[in-house]
Amino acid sequence: MIDQAPILIIIIPLVAALLLTLTGSLGDRWAYGLLIAALAASLGCALAALAAVLDGNQAVHYRLADWPPPLGIELVIDHLSGVVLVLIAGCALLTAIYSRHPASQDNPDRLNLYYALFALLVTGLLGMTATGDVFNLYVLLEISALSSYGLLARGRGPAYYATFKYLIVGTIGACFYLLGVGYLYIMTGTLNMAELAEILSRPELQESVSVRIGFTLIILGVWIKMALFPLHAWLPNAYSKAGTTTACLIAPLMTKVSVYIMLRMMFTVFSADYIFNRIAWSELVIYLASTAAVVGMLTAFAQRDLRKMLGYIIVAEIGYLAGGAWLATEAGFTGAVYHLLADGLMTLCLFMVVGAIIYRTGLTTAAAMRHIFQRMPVTAVVFLVGAASIIGLPPTCGFFSKFYLIQGAVQAGAWVFVAALLISSLLAALIFFRLLEVAFFGRFDEAAGAAPGAGGHGAAGPVAVAEAPWSMLLPMVLTAIAVLGLGLYTNEVVTYFIRWSVPAGF
Amino acid sequence: MFSESFYQLAPVVALCASLAAVPLIALSGGRPNLREFWTFAAAAVKFIMVLALAGWVLAGNVVEVELIRLLPGLSLSLRVDPFGLVFALVASLLWIIAATYTIGYMRGLNEHAQTRFMACFALSLGAAIGVAFSANLLTMYVFYEMLSLATYPLVAHHQDKESRSGARKYLAFLLGGSVGLVLPAMIVLFTLAGSLQFADNISSGMIPAGIGEPVVVVLFFAFLFGFAKNGIMPMHAWLPGAMVAPTPVSALLHAVAVVKVGVFCTTRVMLYVFGVDLLDELNLGLITAYIVSFTIIMASVIALTKDNLKARLAYSTVSQLSYIILGVALLSPAAIQGGLIHIVNHAFAKITLFFCAGAIYVAAHKKNISEMGGLGRVMPVTFTAFAVASLSMIGAPPVGGFITKWYLLLGALEAEQLAIVVVLLASTLLNVAYFAPVVYKAFFGQPAADGAGTAGGIREAPAIMLVPLVVTAIISVLLGIFPDVMMQFVRMVLP
Repeated sequence: MIDQAPILIIIIPLVAALLLTLTGSLGDRWAYGLLIAALAASLGCALAALAAVLDGNQAVHYRLADWPPPLGIELVIDHLSGVVLVLIAGCALLTAIYSRHPASQDNPDRLNLYYALFALLVTGLLGMTATGDVFNLYVLLEISALSSYGLLARGRGPAYYATFKYLIVGTIGACFYLLGVGYLYIMTGTLNMAELAEILSRPELQESVSVRIGFTLIILGVWIKMALFPLHAWLPNAYSKAGTTTACLIAPLMTKVSVYIMLRMMFTVFSADYIFNRIAWSELVIYLASTAAVVGMLTAFAQRDLRKMLGYIIVAEIGYLAGGAWLATEAGFTGAVYHLLADGLMTLCLFMVVGAIIYRTGLTTAAAMRHIFQRMPVTAVVFLVGAASIIGLPPTCGFFSKFYLIQGAVQAGAWVFVAALLISSLLAALIFFRLLEVAFFGRFDEAAGAAPGAGGHGAAGPVAVAEAPWSMLLPMVLTAIAVLGLGLYTNEVVTYFIRWSVPAGF
Repeated sequence: MFSESFYQLAPVVALCASLAAVPLIALSGGRPNLREFWTFAAAAVKFIMVLALAGWVLAGNVVEVELIRLLPGLSLSLRVDPFGLVFALVASLLWIIAATYTIGYMRGLNEHAQTRFMACFALSLGAAIGVAFSANLLTMYVFYEMLSLATYPLVAHHQDKESRSGARKYLAFLLGGSVGLVLPAMIVLFTLAGSLQFADNISSGMIPAGIGEPVVVVLFFAFLFGFAKNGIMPMHAWLPGAMVAPTPVSALLHAVAVVKVGVFCTTRVMLYVFGVDLLDELNLGLITAYIVSFTIIMASVIALTKDNLKARLAYSTVSQLSYIILGVALLSPAAIQGGLIHIVNHAFAKITLFFCAGAIYVAAHKKNISEMGGLGRVMPVTFTAFAVASLSMIGAPPVGGFITKWYLLLGALEAEQLAIVVVLLASTLLNVAYFAPVVYKAFFGQPAADGAGTAGGIREAPAIMLVPLVVTAIISVLLGIFPDVMMQFVRMVLP
């Protein structure tokens, strides 16, 4: 049974998606229960697979139907994909629990079909992470992309329009990727990542222009998918119009998995030597990443809509990740992988908080933050944790990823990136303290009139507590704990997982 | 006295006492007396632990505890040494006194959101102790940031336009300094030195040989200005802005927690990261001495122009903080002693002054010095305490401040810096110039002409506020008469 864990991680949500399409008549509770059960089982399998990896400290290879690699599809779970799988399954499970009220509010009819798409998306994400085959990865990429179009289009207002833009851009990205894979297949005759890596390391292919074009196409496709500046325009719109649950599911995970694919392509299929010595785009990419970090945060600062603001923060965070990966230092790589985990958790945390606030107040702008500490104390504390992590305050995990990234940048002498990281941290501080100010002081014009001569005690009378329902609070609190826990156990995470996946050549 | 394992645990307990109090205080908001009990229980536990540690450290021991290993080669760990203990003793003792006063003030004015206030207060003190007991730069940074965040709601307490801009400035300077300067400096240091552990003596420092001079100089100034809580100009601008907060906060900000943490971090880094030898070699000590001398004089001059009592005290704080850094920057043994003992002397004197300002506000609703004519005759206790504390600021015997001045002057002569001697003397005169009129006016001045309600009907503030300020004033005097109680720790800092 444990041997089958790698495939079960993916198969369970896939089967659940199929079953969910059939359970419409059983009612919403069944659909909700089935989804949670499937994701919990998938998380269990991911943990089991990770344990197996840790057991021998080597990758677990699983051949589908026992076909040997060039013919069959192979799943490879190593230290890197193992933790990312746990992250995806964990975040998806928390979002599923969270979805009880908002999902049924957003989808009064056909909730089971919504959940089926949900499970299908998770299948795609998990599959992309686990697979050891570049074409299989493309298939799963499309599975997750198609289901995400469906989910996003069910959002409010002009969501379908934003989704349509996303669909066009996303398809272009996927096409680039597929084209690149085609080039590599022509040159090597294989689609298996390990074999590709071996063949590509031959001297004659290292010089090949076709391989270079293949790499360029793949990486461009992935950059579009992960919304790296300046290919990011689709993201904030698509995410801010989405339904509450959809945003919580897609925002933290989709881009992170794309970053994971970038790391895989760079360091597993190609090699550090090829990337940094032959391709040698580091300088350019670091400039892009630095711009992403600063411009993302600046644009976020200019937003009134809370989720759009978070969307631009993701754009900035993607800049951190891309920069870290291209620094070509061990600390930079560690920072990128660690930040992948950290950012997944903290974005989930903030999207859940904003979702809960929207659910309770119906407002999507900063004004919703008013009296948040009185009205929704637990949510407010979770918000503080998430915000502190984005700003990079210790002991949240955001601090440690920034620590590694800056260390890596210092070692690489990439002072532009150091400056960008610091500036974007300060901008993040501005963003969140502005929200905190609204929570504390409310709007000016209101406060001034409300407190005539009362020593300036602008805080009005008691505000009724209207906390989010338990099914939303529990996953939020768990995520906040995870944000803190990941920070406090940075040492363990780095030594047991990340250090093993540092590619040779640093 | 106790077993060694007790002393391993004591700093952790001292730290956790106030952190544990935060949720307890937050949850007992409906029952004010229970809530206040938690504050006092935590403060008492913390003070007893620090006291026990003081005995142990005096016997020549140093306690080291590793809490969590955060990164490979980097951990969150505590170390109790004489240097940290000086600050911990002051902070933990003043918490008890300040908490008493706070309760009187908050209840006296019937303030809103008292629970939030008390919870953040406890959190701030926990962070202050954390800074005092940090064994490495990372731990110190963690608690430093915690303190910035925990005091934000305190500064913003009034929730009006003025406190909003004050709080904005507060965070802009503190986070700007810590994230923009200290964090990168710390990471560069870690990259170069491979460790952030403080050295175990003040002379050698922890910076390995072979790092280029320009890098060391840049790092030094990043730390010096990055710890913006130390109020060195031009990073002082948050301090007057933050004084619109209620008086207990100002007392906490200006005397105990915030600014002292800033100064403590600065001096800790100067002595235990760079070390006296390196600072001397690169002349960084001297440059710093001149930078802070400018702050000392300028802040005093600005203080002269302020009519608002708390604003005047705020600028006095800016000036006095730089005394501490000046002492350390002179690098001579006597000057270092003078600087460090000023952490104690200034804390007790300045908290007395802020307590007085608060008592005057509660009793007479007056904020400006020009309105305080004749007030000393109806509030003799308050103004006597004020006078005593001003003497300490001026540096007159027998109050604690005299000890500071004595050592600083001695140290400046030792270092053969006559210009610094002149600065110290000039600043003493300026101190007289801005404190004496307040006391004189209160005792001998005439009530303001418009007369509405002055003097008549004004009585001393309630006893719960009066007792703390009398106690801190008495301690200020005792520090001047028995300087050795604290000086013995300071002497242990020196090699």
